[in-house]
Amino acid sequence: MTVPVRQGVKVWQRRERAAQFAIWAAWLVGVAVLVVSWSFISEKTIWPFVLDAPQQAADLGVRMVPPDWSFIGQLWRPMWDTLNMATLGTVMGIVIAVPVAYCAARNTTPSAAVLRPLALFVIVSSRSINSLIWALMLVTIIGPGVLAGMVAIGLRSIGFCAKLLYEAIEEIDEKQVEAVRSTGASAAQVTAYGIVPQVLPAFAGISVFRWDINIRESTVLGLVGAGGIGLPLNSAITTLAWTKVSLILLVIIASVVFSEWISAKVRQAII
Amino acid sequence: MLHIRGLTKRYRTGDLALDKIDLDVAQGEVVALIGPSGAGKSTLIRCINRLVEPTAGTIALNGVELTTLGKAALRRARRKLGMIFQEYALVERLSVMENVLSGRLGYVGFWRSYMRKFPQADIDEAFRLLARVGLDHMVDKRADALSGGQRQRVGICRALIQNPDLLLVDEPTASLDPKTSRQIMRLITELCRERNLSAIVNIHDVQLAQMFASRIVGLRQGSIVYDGAPDGLTPDVLTRIYGEEDWAATAKRAPEAGEDDDHESPAMTAPAPLDRDRMAGLT
Repeated sequence: MTVPVRQGVKVWQRRERAAQFAIWAAWLVGVAVLVVSWSFISEKTIWPFVLDAPQQAADLGVRMVPPDWSFIGQLWRPMWDTLNMATLGTVMGIVIAVPVAYCAARNTTPSAAVLRPLALFVIVSSRSINSLIWALMLVTIIGPGVLAGMVAIGLRSIGFCAKLLYEAIEEIDEKQVEAVRSTGASAAQVTAYGIVPQVLPAFAGISVFRWDINIRESTVLGLVGAGGIGLPLNSAITTLAWTKVSLILLVIIASVVFSEWISAKVRQAII
Repeated sequence: MLHIRGLTKRYRTGDLALDKIDLDVAQGEVVALIGPSGAGKSTLIRCINRLVEPTAGTIALNGVELTTLGKAALRRARRKLGMIFQEYALVERLSVMENVLSGRLGYVGFWRSYMRKFPQADIDEAFRLLARVGLDHMVDKRADALSGGQRQRVGICRALIQNPDLLLVDEPTASLDPKTSRQIMRLITELCRERNLSAIVNIHDVQLAQMFASRIVGLRQGSIVYDGAPDGLTPDVLTRIYGEEDWAATAKRAPEAGEDDDHESPAMTAPAPLDRDRMAGLT
């Protein structure tokens, strides 16, 4: 950045004129896109329906209360399935994610030419497919039920956990690793003493965070037949049993609050 | 004991860090390696235990040629090369005891080390060393809970429990205050004397080097430009090592430095060995 001198005074500006202009232009384009899309969406919207929305919502709300508490006896089992699906799926995801992350991290990968791109591909493909879509496919492959949901959750978790974990591995302090290596430690010992202690907090945090997400994701997997609380939710919606729907939603909210509470506790404990 | 011949290191960036270094270190000798930042001090030390792979030259330790060793043999050789690091390089989340015992990793199998089942002899030695440096009451503290001086003492224990033939010491005082710096340097030299151990100590602080080393090697741009006694560091020699500066104060204080007084020595964190007295004299 050049500092121009005007009338003997050194003038300092944050950006050069061209850069400043480019930023203005970018803002202009952004606003224009927003305005155009707004008008496009508004053209395609049937406004009477939207204006009517508050009444519709209120109507639905009225039909939802009071929740049908007598139904709760039939929810424990699917809720238990949901928790199992989320937990076992998370475990499966983590077990596979650890070696994938090890191969994907630049500083630990055994082969930067072959294994690293492969690991990155596994991560990207797992991350780019939503667990609902995984579940859709798995239901057709291994049939409906909790197993399909668990595998769907697991496959989706691999990418998430492996990506965050390999980033944590890449951020470790290399000096600690070097120090362990300089004692004559073997490669496995260098990993166990130099790398593992450094990524362990991140690992625990990632696992619990993913478990927390998976509880929420597994509640909807029943919609495509993969078991859990989503199954009764789906049938309640299709039979317009709104009081049951509201009860199921309450149960889901309770479970999510519970999982968030647990993951917050765990994260507090490991920091 | 240690014989280095024609040691050359050229980094992949093309920088020539070491240019045909010849250096011999005798048993029990404490050599201070001084020189400006980027002179190749760290590279030289790291070439000896091959944390950095030398480009050319030979390094023989007690008759073992280090530069050509295969993986397993290199690990065995590294056990005999204790290293002490700038900013300690302790595994922060492990306890003091685990850090000290990690110095035995080269002698213990993976599962034993993983399960923390080290031989009792190693544990006895760890307790003995920690008591020697005055940290035996902190064995279960986590390394990141310690002060700088305490951490460096744990680092010293980790290097010594390897039962090394040679200590490689990289800027041991770079992040310590003047008093702690002296204590650490004194501890290192005392331990070397007790065990008749040789050491190569990279150090930025000329006065500290003069105070504690029996021999000084000056490095500049990858070549040795001075090799001799501590009191041979005249302003002339310092100019040869570091370049033109007013060295009068630094050189003058050399003879009286052995008295081990505890008044303020120069700031350890300064990259160049600027002396406060001299700076004060300039203004």
